[in-house]
Amino acid sequence: MSKSIQELQDIANEVRVSIVKMVHTANSGHMGGAMSFADMLTALFYNKLNYDPKNPKWEDRDRFVLSSGHMCAGLYTILAKIGVFDEKELWNFRQLGSPLQGHPKYNLDLGIEMSTGSLGQGLSVANGMALAARVQNKKYRVYSLETDGGSQEGMVWEAAMLAAHYKLDNRCVLFDYNNVQIDGFCSDVMDLGSVADKFKAFGWHVIEIDGHDMQACCDALDEAEKVKGKPQAIISKTTLGKGVSVFENKSKFHGTPPTDEEFAIAMKELGN
Amino acid sequence: MSLDIATREAYGKKLAALGETHPEIVVMDADLSGSTKTNIFKKQFPERFFNVGVAEQNLMGTAAGIALSGHTVFVSTFAIFATGRAWEPVRQSIAYPKANVKICATHAGITVGEDGASHQSVEDIALMSAIPGMKVMVPADAHQTMSMMDYLVKTPGPAYLRLGRATTQQVFDADYVYEEGKGAVLRDGTDVCLFTTGFVTKATLDAATRLEEKGVSASVVCMGSIKPIDADLIVAMASKHKVLFSVEEHSVVGGLGAAISEVLTSQKPARLFRLGIQDAFGQSAPYQELIKHYELDEEGIARQVLGKLAAL
Ligand SMILES: Cc1ncc(C[n+]2csc(CCOP(=O)(O)OP(=O)(O)O)c2C)c(N)n1
Ligand SMILES: [Mg+2]
Repeated sequence: MSKSIQELQDIANEVRVSIVKMVHTANSGHMGGAMSFADMLTALFYNKLNYDPKNPKWEDRDRFVLSSGHMCAGLYTILAKIGVFDEKELWNFRQLGSPLQGHPKYNLDLGIEMSTGSLGQGLSVANGMALAARVQNKKYRVYSLETDGGSQEGMVWEAAMLAAHYKLDNRCVLFDYNNVQIDGFCSDVMDLGSVADKFKAFGWHVIEIDGHDMQACCDALDEAEKVKGKPQAIISKTTLGKGVSVFENKSKFHGTPPTDEEFAIAMKELGN
Repeated sequence: MSLDIATREAYGKKLAALGETHPEIVVMDADLSGSTKTNIFKKQFPERFFNVGVAEQNLMGTAAGIALSGHTVFVSTFAIFATGRAWEPVRQSIAYPKANVKICATHAGITVGEDGASHQSVEDIALMSAIPGMKVMVPADAHQTMSMMDYLVKTPGPAYLRLGRATTQQVFDADYVYEEGKGAVLRDGTDVCLFTTGFVTKATLDAATRLEEKGVSASVVCMGSIKPIDADLIVAMASKHKVLFSVEEHSVVGGLGAAISEVLTSQKPARLFRLGIQDAFGQSAPYQELIKHYELDEEGIARQVLGKLAAL
């Protein structure tokens, strides 16, 4: 299902449109981070993951764990787009009885690899899946999203140590560095400093890119896959709320739904 | 005029007011100061406010150090992360040395709403109650919240205050004064006694009115303190009523109902039905729908009580 860069960019834009519509419809949810991560997420699912949307339980599939579960509107959209489930599910997001919970609930039929929402646990879980591949002599790779705010949790760094210690080269972290969390800019609330240097110091292969450069996203995923003997971290510099001027870089849009007026602006700027 | 605001809102305002008269108070948060309302204190006393980022274990450890160096520390984050993620640091670094840390956690229970199970703590009362010496308090409204905070600042040692996201309707008058470990009788009846706590207190009172119409006379007792629990009041109520109920926005495992059971089994065996979350995770939906779904609204409580009585 490999796509051209232009096609990927168009899909990522559709993902952003869907994120805004879902959160607007539910009148709750998280747009900002999901929008900053939309490009890498699209590149991963369309051009990299060894995955069969018609068989989401295939044992040899590559796995993706959304460690920062609040960014699930993007993941749900991609899973619907590639055909794991019907797109109409997206409009029941966060409603009573919907399988599309406000934060992901483990459901392999829907392609949801892990229950997340409590920050900073997914890196460990994904490491566990990678270790299991080793035990079972399987070739699959395990990707996880990590975020700047979420990586203030100590458990992230415990897991970073483990992945390097066990030389998990089937393990790749997609780090979304938008420098925003709930209470403001990360650099003001709790500065993470150089995330690249931190992962390097832990023994990871580090690739730094502009997370909104689709070619760079694809190239980084290719490079990571070739690395031997080390886990890989792709650190993407991104913009929270990317694509909508009134959302961009505003911590308010980490988790506040758009007003009708903001929704209209978003649809216009996203060309919908 | 009634004071209908969320208990987290009352907490944030009262905390800032206490900051004026109590220079020893330090406040800490873990990237949720807008939601927990500690940002009001932060604005007024930035030099006595610390945000640790998204790091609840670090929050508890740091708070312990500040408290053991002479301060009264109020720490806030969501209830599931304060009590769940950071449970062992709370036990080891706060409770064991009796550090003067007040864990005031918001977004407890299912009234979190759309965020769903990952963010809805239905186990926090159980977790905190299990720690030796930890006081566990659950205010029903804004007035009770503020009075409990007056108590907390003048009472050294660790305590857990369970606060909510959703607006609560007033239950207590402005002159209500919280007394350590004491429950409050809100309504006198003769047939059944409904023990309740926190957000569902108002709905329980309203359910009692409904029950009256159906010929069941119900007392309502608000148990603001889960630990210590008002054993004398429980025994007195058990002596006066045929059937007892507990109503809580928490798991029936390890919550108010369990605490009452522990008193009854040793002091006054009686029949108690525990209404609450029946050993389940929560889920996403607007909170009003969830309260209905779990039958913890006025109608649902009355229906459950009548159902249990009919099956006796
Ligand atoms: C363990 C834990 N603590 C606190 C929260 C509440 N919370 C949800 S998202 C968030 C900030 C996350 O910042 P970041 O990961 O950078 O996400 P972004 O704002 O970029 O979307 C916080 C504190 C949580 N979900 N889990
Ligand atoms: Mg961020």
